Amino acid sequence: MYDPALLKDAPETFKSTGARFRELPGQVLTIQVAPEDCTGCALCVEACPAKDKSQVGRKAINMTPQPALRESEAANWEFFLSLPEVDRTSIAFNSIKNSQLLEPLFEFSGACAGCGETPYLKLMSQLFGDRSIIANATGCSSIYGGNLPTTPWTMNSDGRGPAWANSLFEDNAEFGLGMRLCLDKQVEYARELLPHFSSEVGDTLVDALLTAPQKSETDIAAQRERVVTLKERLQGLSGNTRAQDLLSLADVLVRKGVWIVGGDGWAYDIGFGGLDHVLASGHNVNVLVLDTEVYSNTGGQSSKATPRAAVAKFAARGKDMKRKDLGLIAISYGYIYVARIAMGSSDVQTLNAFLEAEAYNGPSLIIAYSHCIAHGFNLRKGLEQQKLAVQAGYWPLYRYNPDRIAEGKPAFILDSKGPSISLDKYAYNETRYRMLLQSDEARAEMLMRAAQEDVYQQWEVYRRLAQTTTIGTATDPTGLAV
Amino acid sequence: MDLTTTYLGLQLKNPLVASASTFTKKTDQAKRLEEAGLSAIVMHSLFEEQIIHESLELDHFLSHGTETFAEALTYLPDIGTYSIGPDAYIEQLAEVKQAVSIPVIGSLNGVSTGGWIHFAKEMEQAGADALELNIYFVPVDLEITSSQLEDAYIKLVSDIRQQISIPIAVKLSPFFTALPHFANRLVEAGANGLVFFNRFYQPDFDLEELEVYPNIMLSTPYEMRLPLRWIALLYGRINTDFALTSGIHSAEDAIKAMMAGAKVAMMTSALLRNGIQTAAEILEDMRIWLEEHEYESIQQMQGSMSQQAVAEPSAFERANYMKVLSSFGDGREMPHTAISSRIIHRTLSSSADDDPFWSS
Ligand SMILES: Cc1cc2nc3c(=O)[nH]c(=O)nc-3n(C[C@H](O)[C@H](O)[C@H](O)COP(=O)(O)O)c2cc1C
Repeated sequence: MYDPALLKDAPETFKSTGARFRELPGQVLTIQVAPEDCTGCALCVEACPAKDKSQVGRKAINMTPQPALRESEAANWEFFLSLPEVDRTSIAFNSIKNSQLLEPLFEFSGACAGCGETPYLKLMSQLFGDRSIIANATGCSSIYGGNLPTTPWTMNSDGRGPAWANSLFEDNAEFGLGMRLCLDKQVEYARELLPHFSSEVGDTLVDALLTAPQKSETDIAAQRERVVTLKERLQGLSGNTRAQDLLSLADVLVRKGVWIVGGDGWAYDIGFGGLDHVLASGHNVNVLVLDTEVYSNTGGQSSKATPRAAVAKFAARGKDMKRKDLGLIAISYGYIYVARIAMGSSDVQTLNAFLEAEAYNGPSLIIAYSHCIAHGFNLRKGLEQQKLAVQAGYWPLYRYNPDRIAEGKPAFILDSKGPSISLDKYAYNETRYRMLLQSDEARAEMLMRAAQEDVYQQWEVYRRLAQTTTIGTATDPTGLAV
Repeated sequence: MDLTTTYLGLQLKNPLVASASTFTKKTDQAKRLEEAGLSAIVMHSLFEEQIIHESLELDHFLSHGTETFAEALTYLPDIGTYSIGPDAYIEQLAEVKQAVSIPVIGSLNGVSTGGWIHFAKEMEQAGADALELNIYFVPVDLEITSSQLEDAYIKLVSDIRQQISIPIAVKLSPFFTALPHFANRLVEAGANGLVFFNRFYQPDFDLEELEVYPNIMLSTPYEMRLPLRWIALLYGRINTDFALTSGIHSAEDAIKAMMAGAKVAMMTSALLRNGIQTAAEILEDMRIWLEEHEYESIQQMQGSMSQQAVAEPSAFERANYMKVLSSFGDGREMPHTAISSRIIHRTLSSSADDDPFWSS
């Protein structure tokens, strides 16, 4: 979104339209495809709601053979890159529409075309990428996230972007916690040093740096400016080792978030002990589980997230156990923010979960439904399939926010409705379920019935949770408490 | 009370037959159809597309993307043997046949003649007592003429006739320009029975999403009027067994089908809506109706209200609007058949001027 005056240098075929944002009137908007990097997954076309009034098969964005457009669109892309980004402080990004004005700091990954994981990472990078530190477990996200010598993690024109590192399967949560503890220590030391330089850098600056709320983008931008001033004023004190320490630490005075990212193989299985430990520690880390329900990167091995009735390696006759409810385990602590999301079903709920998880001053866990090549269906229909998963009640959307307990409200909010289609309507669109039907029909039916039962039971548990005000502050059932 | 009938040379204990539906995908449901008293079962269809498409699709998704990362050579385990589409169908047919003692009719759904039709033979070998051929084709190609299309249908029927020796019934749609002629050709090509009519699931529009979506709705009793009329018209004129499908929801509906000339009345929607047990109630109602109205048997009433048997044969040919036209004006009465043949005569002749009806 930009000033229409900038269009005077635009290539002939560059497209734009009036932007309809109340906060920023008079601007124009362009959604531009990078023709040479597009993988052709068509998810954007599927997701686009704008249809031509006189030819409904045509949308605002359509798939079309690349060669004819390659050169003109490449020029358009070049021009597009020259346009300024929207000022992050000029608009609240708690709506989907606004959030998509933010610059993505995750782009052109090496993931499969149509990957269900990458949209979550892109959103996360848009919202918090300029002040995030990411610990990434081994798995798909570490491969497409670090297809060296390139990386899809990038930075904005100020040189800010996520700091990213990959650790092992078995210790990624701890890896992230280490980052958090270091950051905390650095912040503590920087705050300890600051008052010693009151006279050199000024009382007001020190005071402002120490008390800045840093909640909104505006707060954070203001703090960043204070840090710039602080660094300038400290430059003069080159002989002073404590001043040098503060100079090297000054940036941590801007609030940073730690994101611990991985797949279900990591979170449910191999890294679970550590994950549980880190969540239980109460430290302020955000965990994002990209849940494909199998070990995707190594070729579709069954994990504890693999659902009943699905076929996976090591579950070739169809898994005959319920998948583990990682969210419920985390909720049982009472002080962990937990959300279960599926972008294809509700992008708004997804956005809210990210914003709340990041704002929550404690451990957060987001479990994100990620359709995958290992599910065996046309990924172009990935978002549609996510919608069906939610409609079937297989993947209920919820947010458990401990902050609501203090407000006397139910901490657990169900964001989706109860099952409205049968499970097989969703499941049998996918080869992982259907292949069992085609190889052992009786067993497939037996497992599907049991899986349907799982759905009803799970819904009943969640429905009741949503009616409970709190976990952890229930009244004394014995009446014996003093 | 004698409720027996014959259909495609099969002796049936009564004229109520389960038409092709999803019930037969489960053997225990097929058994329940028998327990409810239905006299024969038509299996769900084996679709031509299914035969060709399913194996290609499975292969595609089992191998899709396996070239992308060195760490994963496949994404799904190879179970080895799959019984997709046709194999599973043939197995299920054999299982249903084993489980019930009433006749089981296989159902093949397609349009082109080709490799897939050998499944007719496999159905016969699996124990099918007859084959119902559901020829389903929506002609969207501007170049295909009605006679080419009809020729293709005829070719398909005679090709299958050569493959198998069990009886064949052809299930048709009502959308043919000259249905009697075509129906007769089908019988000459080897069909032992005609099933009138296939119902089509007409797509609907979703106005919010601007999408076309398939809208599957169960039938209403009114829908039996169309097959009722055509069976009544053709009974006794084409030497074949008629089955009436679409809109049979009560004993009265089934009795009407018999009177028009059908050998059997088929049901699906009513069983889906009210449960399989409805069939038993309908049979009981039929028995009571026959008794009250002093009929001795079903066979006695079959064809009793066909066009050849009724007092006013033109009632079957009259289109609604003709009655409206003749109900006012100069009062000149003209039999409907005379009018319609004049209209055709006029259309086929080069000029209307020499036609006495139009120039008068
Ligand atoms: C759920 C369902 C499945 C059906 N499957 C088939 C089929 O596989 N082959 C076929 O020829 N007709 C099929 N039919 C059509 C029925 O056999 C029948 O001709 C039609 O529903 C009209 O009869 P009714 O009014 O008794 O339902 C199906 C109908 C329904 C409702």
